[in-house]
Amino acid sequence: MPEVETKLMPRGVRRCASRQFLLWILPWCVLLAFGLYGAGLCLVKGLNQTNMDNRFAFGLWIFLDLTVIALGAGAFFTGFLLYILKKSELKAVINSAVVIGFVCYSGAVAALLVDVGQPLRFWFTFWHPNVHSMLTEVTFCITCYLTVLAIEYVPIILKNRKLRQVPSFLVFEFELHKLMPVLAGVGTFLSFFHQGSLGGLYGVLRGRPFAFREGFAIWPSTFFLFILSAAAAGPAFILLTTWLVSKISRQQLVRPEVMRLLGRISGILLLPYILLKTIDTLVWMNSTAPAHGFAAHEFYARKPFGVWILFAEIVVCGLAPALILLRRRMRESAGWLVFASALVCAGITLNRFVMTVQTLALPTLPFDPFLSYLPSWQEVATFLAVIAYGVLTYSLSFRYLTLFPQEKDLSC
Amino acid sequence: MTKTKPARYGMAIDLDRCTGCGACMVACAVENNVPPARPEATPRTGITWMRVYQISNGAESPDTRAAFIPILCQQCGHETPCAAVCPQEAVEVDPATGIVDQMPQRCLGCRYCMTACPYHARYFNWWDPRWPAGMEKTLNPDVATRMRGVVEKCNFCHGRLHAARTRAAAEGRSELRPGEYVPACVEACPARAIVFGDLNDPESELARLARDGHSFRILERLGTEPKIYYRTERAWVREAAHA
Repeated sequence: MPEVETKLMPRGVRRCASRQFLLWILPWCVLLAFGLYGAGLCLVKGLNQTNMDNRFAFGLWIFLDLTVIALGAGAFFTGFLLYILKKSELKAVINSAVVIGFVCYSGAVAALLVDVGQPLRFWFTFWHPNVHSMLTEVTFCITCYLTVLAIEYVPIILKNRKLRQVPSFLVFEFELHKLMPVLAGVGTFLSFFHQGSLGGLYGVLRGRPFAFREGFAIWPSTFFLFILSAAAAGPAFILLTTWLVSKISRQQLVRPEVMRLLGRISGILLLPYILLKTIDTLVWMNSTAPAHGFAAHEFYARKPFGVWILFAEIVVCGLAPALILLRRRMRESAGWLVFASALVCAGITLNRFVMTVQTLALPTLPFDPFLSYLPSWQEVATFLAVIAYGVLTYSLSFRYLTLFPQEKDLSC
Repeated sequence: MTKTKPARYGMAIDLDRCTGCGACMVACAVENNVPPARPEATPRTGITWMRVYQISNGAESPDTRAAFIPILCQQCGHETPCAAVCPQEAVEVDPATGIVDQMPQRCLGCRYCMTACPYHARYFNWWDPRWPAGMEKTLNPDVATRMRGVVEKCNFCHGRLHAARTRAAAEGRSELRPGEYVPACVEACPARAIVFGDLNDPESELARLARDGHSFRILERLGTEPKIYYRTERAWVREAAHA
């Protein structure tokens, strides 16, 4: 490995050879370039490059946004547990959580900018805000929270071995570090609202009886369900990524008890979420949908969106992993922990898919047909570019920054 | 300045008279400078502020029967779904007319309003508007064209409302006379299936039709108080429309 590169890496940790690293990032770079080309076509030629239409006005990108923002919730929730509730064990993963959060949120914002018809008018929402719109709240909170995440990311970068040699950087990093509890508090506040508002985006749609929910004051029930589900999925996704990075890098990154704690937190939050989700579904089936002239069973009569999807979401990817993660004996096994976390993440992904895609596929007009939608290659390429951007940013951060403070001790 | 009474413009469409000829769709497009569809456009990417759906009773011939249901913006008057969700107030309900207005100049093109609309009556400009050479001379000077990447929809021919108000003001009147302002589709319908008027005027033909026992509003149970009434005496049409 060239000495110049070694000097950029954290002390006391082992990283693969430069050649091996280049081979790892090369396909992701190709994917990113391909995706940027697809996104560029959409920006230059317009959204006619997509397979969205007047009926399927939202598509793959909104699904991507909702999913990555839910999975990236580990950043705010871990920060909340560490800095506010003083769960010091989570210091072992907080840097990784911040990078994941930053990648997820910045990727989502980038996809949103391609997704709107007039990206240069993005500032209109700040200039002419409709305070009654959930999307206004989402825009404000995500923009602010992305700024918070960027500020949280800076000290991690400034701790780089080479950058630490600049005294002013060291002072700046030290000062920023003192701000972390405040930023964690602000991040938690903002995240609660935008995670909820993302759920509210669909819950308020009176014209989409499949998604519409009654709620509390101005917030539909999906507002609260999205907060809880994101808080449950965030730690599970951190657990999953930590395990994955550990396997790929062949390094032990955190002590097993940290993984078990993440699993337990996820399980504790998942169980009430599943309970509330079940109650919400029953209320919707028996009260909300019939009150608007729709029988809930009709929504599940159109293939492929059968009742199986509800069963998969609530039982297979909800109740089952919650029970696994809440059992101490099962948490002792890394295999069960990872399996349950993967189920949690799959469940949240499925929930966001149902809210975005199934909602639009189902007709509201009684004489309208069921609709299908298949994204164009430009949409898929942009989707993959966000994934590639995330993998590249995380890979570079892992190689040159200290994402797992325990790694040094564990590798000794 | 004289204070004018607020109107609540609406429509009644007689489905038993509608032949599905599509004259309303053509008149609407011409009046409102809707560009011709691109060759690559599909029925789901074209712009048709007014769209005529064909429904059938599902019976075998010779008992097959068809009906046509023109769907346009239903000008929802309560918790207007599109206006409530637009993040930058590009949609507003005019309290003086009850018309749901769309401001393409302020539209971000996020399409949240399209997702919210239960009637699928909002349209996105997937392409830049383009007219064949010479056809631009037929453009209506009272209506601005829209650019790529923004949403548009029926506004009860707002250009005509402005023109009628201007004429009335020139004559020193603050109120419009009944029938002085009608959208293009109403004028174009050869079967006189569409009646336009002020629902706040109990003497108007529209108000009478709205009270008719055979009239109904589509998706009324959603609670959005649409201002478009449909009328039919055929039971199967009412059933198909969940009236």
